[in-house]
Amino acid sequence: MIAVASTLMSLLLAQASGPASAAASASAPAFSQDGLNALILIAVYMLILVLIGCGGSLFSLGTAKDFFTASHSIGPVLLLFTIFGTTMTAFAIIGSSGEAYTGGIGVYGKMVSWSGLIHSLCFFLVGIKLWAFGKRYGYQTQIEFFRDRFESHNLGLVLFPALVGLVVPYLLTGLIGGGKAIETMTVGALPDLFARSKGAVPFPVGAAAITFIVLLYVFFGGARGTTWVNVFQTIVFILIGALTFTVIADKLGGAKQATANVAKYNPTFLKIGSGEADQAVFDTQMAQFEAKKSPIKPREPERVPPMVFLTYMFIPLSVAMFPHLFQHWLTAKSAKSFRLSVVAHPILMMLVWLPCVMIGVWATSAMLDGKAVLPQTGVNANLVLPMMVKKLVSGWQGSLLIAAIASASIAVLDSQFLAIGSMFTHDIAGHYLGHDRLSDKTKLMIGRGFIVVIAVATYLLGWYYLQARTVFSLGVWCFTGFASLSPIVFAALYWKRATKAGAYACALTAAGVGLWLCAQSNWGANADYYVFEQFPIMPVTINLAASTLALVLVSLVTPPPSAATIEKFFPRGAAAAK
Amino acid sequence: MRVVVYGIVVVLMILHHDVWNWHRYEPLVFGVIPIGLAHHVGISLAAGVVWFLAVNFAWPRDVEQIEREAAEAQRSAGHSAGGRGGHA
Repeated sequence: MIAVASTLMSLLLAQASGPASAAASASAPAFSQDGLNALILIAVYMLILVLIGCGGSLFSLGTAKDFFTASHSIGPVLLLFTIFGTTMTAFAIIGSSGEAYTGGIGVYGKMVSWSGLIHSLCFFLVGIKLWAFGKRYGYQTQIEFFRDRFESHNLGLVLFPALVGLVVPYLLTGLIGGGKAIETMTVGALPDLFARSKGAVPFPVGAAAITFIVLLYVFFGGARGTTWVNVFQTIVFILIGALTFTVIADKLGGAKQATANVAKYNPTFLKIGSGEADQAVFDTQMAQFEAKKSPIKPREPERVPPMVFLTYMFIPLSVAMFPHLFQHWLTAKSAKSFRLSVVAHPILMMLVWLPCVMIGVWATSAMLDGKAVLPQTGVNANLVLPMMVKKLVSGWQGSLLIAAIASASIAVLDSQFLAIGSMFTHDIAGHYLGHDRLSDKTKLMIGRGFIVVIAVATYLLGWYYLQARTVFSLGVWCFTGFASLSPIVFAALYWKRATKAGAYACALTAAGVGLWLCAQSNWGANADYYVFEQFPIMPVTINLAASTLALVLVSLVTPPPSAATIEKFFPRGAAAAK
Repeated sequence: MRVVVYGIVVVLMILHHDVWNWHRYEPLVFGVIPIGLAHHVGISLAAGVVWFLAVNFAWPRDVEQIEREAAEAQRSAGHSAGGRGGHA
């Protein structure tokens, strides 16, 4: 793998520097010590991740089960941090600030306060029960549970591509967030090597390095190493959020002044709705800007349609179906290990998102020495946070912050890779070739091989999606798909009458309607796509309603599950299903 | 208590739709955080409290039963393995 990676890296370096190298002496960009510092810190940070992740191998039992579930040994604190670190990603750090910059404070209500309620609800109602069944019957993946509960081997053939297909865009959010942050912050670091990208580590090289580093510690550390890395990353998430907030506020003349600037130039970004008074402020400020009396170009007043705000509540249901979360749930030592995660998750989310949302809002009207901090047009939303840090915080302090931002945004990749490897090993290879016929060594090899295939595919897709999609919209579409599959898990656990045919109908409907809706949004390129122009709602509403209806109706007209299955999964009151 | 916990969750969901804050940003909490954002931070904190109540007073009983069964199954598997080992 190292040889393949080295070859790939050489090719990337050649492409990134390209013909520009030949003409480097004529047009080499300027060297920047800050850029080089950032690059060194990013490299050191990634080395720390590898050391922590690979440290997991020291405690490995050497079995496939230990590799994928850490032998159910994870206690409450580690479980809290790893579940949190797995759900909070580039989407939380890069995406939140970018979306706040684009649409104001509404992003907090749409994502964080809903998620605080719904995520913990899913942990409480779904996670704990799935863990218990996993412990009782030895499941290592979601699909193993669903096959058993719905008495269908081939259900895995429908769910496996659906889940993997949804995991890939989620992986992309980490790759794009991390790769672009590295590129933004290392400008001038290596001017001779990367002349084309102003001396910055270009996205293809940064993304390849991220992928390689994550693969390295996932391969050696397994679930245990990944858990440790997630704990470290979560602590970094919280610290960098608070630190970046404090430092940027200070540079902008204090937090009060930063907010006052927004109130003056872009007041709608401090609200969820907008009205005529906001339009008047916009007109006045635009006239000032055009007359060159103001450095800030105001933005058109934004408002979140009320039903869009309400129907965002369905997005967090996605956690009930995340394969990587299921994987982490299984690592818990006991059911009681979940208690801390259920309680603390909403508060940790608040601690990470609040500073990032405020920085994104401040960025709309940020001024330093009477000049706008960011360009007044054409700013890529994915780059708002790194650009704010780069423009406002220099030296080692800025380099440290950006290294942490870039590196923290890749946290999700490890868990996703692990979950995908586990699913392929158990649900496809093991299931169809025979679990007993495969040795632990073969299982690990198969899992790792599939992880490499998905990593390369994600990396190539990252290039295509680089400029076309924001991390936020990509994440929301991915969550829409998972949320639309969530009726399967709720029905499996709480509705005895749910049948195999109902589960098929739900999965196929979610896939069909989801693909149709996503196509309507030009595959996520139209970030403001809502269903019904006159009465806009989130696409997830339609997809979830359709998949739920399909599950209920088809279950009711097909024969119920066998008494043995009902007894197995609903030990008390099996007769009620008949 | 289970009903109370889920009742509070529903109340928080209703309070989430704070249309009364949508067209204002003042008062600014600590002079920094607009009132609409502060309201939603409050929902996050309240969610932490309600889930604290849930795990302490509405813990699912059937999970404990399944956990006991799993432990017994593991114990009996261990015993039989130990027994076989002894005979060997």
